[in-house]
Amino acid sequence: MAKGRITVLEQYCKSCGLCVAACPKKVLRISERTNAKGYRPVEQFTEGCIGCAMCAVSCPDAAIQVFKEQE
Amino acid sequence: MSEITVYERPKTWTPDVSSHYCPGCGHGIAHRLVCESIDELGIQNDTIGLAPVGCAAMIYDYIETDFCEAPHGRAPAVATGIKTVRPDKIVFTYQGDGDLASIGMGEIVHAANRGMNLTVIFINNAIYGMTGGQMAPTTLIGQKATTCPLGRDVAVSGYPIRVSEMLATLPAPGYITRVTLSQPKYIIKAKQAIKKAFQNQMEGKGFSLVEVLSTCPTNWGLRPVEAFQWLMDEMVPYYPLGTFKDFE
Amino acid sequence: MARVLMKGTEAIAEAAIQAGCKYFFGYPITPQNEIPEYMSARLPEVGGRYVQAESEVASINMLMGGGSTGYRVMTSSSSPGISLMSEGISYIAGCEIPAVIVNVMRAGPGLGGILPGQADYLQVTKGGGNGDYNMIVLAPSTLQECVDLTQAAFDLAQKYRNPVMVAADGFMGQMMEAVEVKPSPTRDQKPDTTWALGFMRERGGRKSLLHSLYLAPEPLEDHNQKLQKKYQAIRDAEQRCECYRMEDAEVLIAAYGTTARICRSAVNNLRNKGKKVGMIRPITLWPYPREAFKTIPGTVKRILVAEMNAGQMVDDVKVATGCAYPVSFYGRTGGISPSVREIEEQCEKLLSL
Repeated sequence: MAKGRITVLEQYCKSCGLCVAACPKKVLRISERTNAKGYRPVEQFTEGCIGCAMCAVSCPDAAIQVFKEQE
Repeated sequence: MSEITVYERPKTWTPDVSSHYCPGCGHGIAHRLVCESIDELGIQNDTIGLAPVGCAAMIYDYIETDFCEAPHGRAPAVATGIKTVRPDKIVFTYQGDGDLASIGMGEIVHAANRGMNLTVIFINNAIYGMTGGQMAPTTLIGQKATTCPLGRDVAVSGYPIRVSEMLATLPAPGYITRVTLSQPKYIIKAKQAIKKAFQNQMEGKGFSLVEVLSTCPTNWGLRPVEAFQWLMDEMVPYYPLGTFKDFE
Repeated sequence: MARVLMKGTEAIAEAAIQAGCKYFFGYPITPQNEIPEYMSARLPEVGGRYVQAESEVASINMLMGGGSTGYRVMTSSSSPGISLMSEGISYIAGCEIPAVIVNVMRAGPGLGGILPGQADYLQVTKGGGNGDYNMIVLAPSTLQECVDLTQAAFDLAQKYRNPVMVAADGFMGQMMEAVEVKPSPTRDQKPDTTWALGFMRERGGRKSLLHSLYLAPEPLEDHNQKLQKKYQAIRDAEQRCECYRMEDAEVLIAAYGTTARICRSAVNNLRNKGKKVGMIRPITLWPYPREAFKTIPGTVKRILVAEMNAGQMVDDVKVATGCAYPVSFYGRTGGISPSVREIEEQCEKLLSL
């Protein structure tokens, strides 16, 4: 399985949780931090991201960038 | 080993802004799909959008194309005016259910009936969002809203209007489809439909409308994930997903 | 082009085409139907397009869209249709979109009748739609003036990015007169690409946004102040008025449009009898020609306002003259115009006071 990673643009995240529900590998969670708007941005808390971008596809705020390792 | 970018913010999405939408609102997803479609089709400099009245009134703050606002419900008429003068441009309206299916029902029916070469993105979330959760023409039977606190009563308010099915009875419109945003697999289909609706216009094929079943977590009183589940359980049975016309 | 005999509505339509208007959005309503009919036949000949809207609500919004591209666009209607357009006119003004609207006024209120009237005066000069906005309103009194003011309307609309109305009445629309319709020197004026929609590439990728929505109070007030500054510039530069045989007049008639035509005959008849009567004829109903009213000679003792309504212009005359004269009113409604004789009688009555 390809290895992926995400970057959360925390300033845009509104902690709606749609990405958490969408992630097939269940590697996302709402963090304990707060951003400038007072929301707790999502974070990847464990290994296992496959770079499928289902989180980004679900995000209403375009707050997630997705990268994938390639041979 | 090298790394490729699988997903990044669309180029047409206005940089450095955070939307005014509530957490988990489907408008953000739909806006993003519009931006992605415009990016992929390479039409940013040639696209003119019409902003509605309602929650999406400030859509122009998030999408970097030319924009004009329209009075409530009148976006298809304003778009008709633009497209009449500039048939070389890609013109789209983005309208909610109050805007398109209530106050603007006349304008959408006649724009569709003229077969105007336009793209219409119609967001149906079964409620008036901006004004605070009042009953919409698409509010489901029995669904509670601030102006039908006991639930929509068909004896008083009639039945929820199935816009796509109704417009599909007209001979002129070419592409009419209903999609939703409730899970990634449906969002990917919604994206394909929205992109196709723009592509149809580029190819001069005629009127295209994508009805997007969406949520209003705030006014529905549900968490965003629960709202999409409610959409699948309650809205989809009444508003079936599918393509009603495709230039056949 | 030599002078030809034309019907008012058709003269207006041809004048628009000769002013470079290639896009027209119409909806049938009597007594202006010849304008959309003429446009639907004529525009394709000049490479333009006619669209029949589903309502006046739609036609004004099509006009808004067409105007947002910076090209010359027009719609026409009559009084009840203008009521339906009022929302759109407010948006067009708020978004600063150039657009020309022809109003062939009929008698009201409500559905009223299809005969001529001037009872839209307050609606078109004082608002009609919501908010602090103004529309330039031009009132022709001859068919040649219908032609000339229609062409001027396009220039004014583009100059100020504002809606402009040609407020004719049913007589102007339906009568025939010899007119000369010349190509306007500005007919090929290109859209202003600094703001017009559809020129994002020409702006180097900068989008243009036409809107009247400002949710925050300060930006909305700024927007209003900008509009008010523009309206003041229009008041300063664009007042038009005709003063007719005003020198040494003792009674001055204030009238516009068809009523002014009738009053002109009355003035001539009275002058032939040695009676000192003149006329002041606003051509711009907005901006109201207050400067011309300042030139009223000291001989004037009384002013008679004559209209085909119940006295809608009286207040403007009082304000423009600082209430310095007693102002009387004579008007007919229901689609009836004052007769020359009636105006003469009114003047003679005032002269005898």
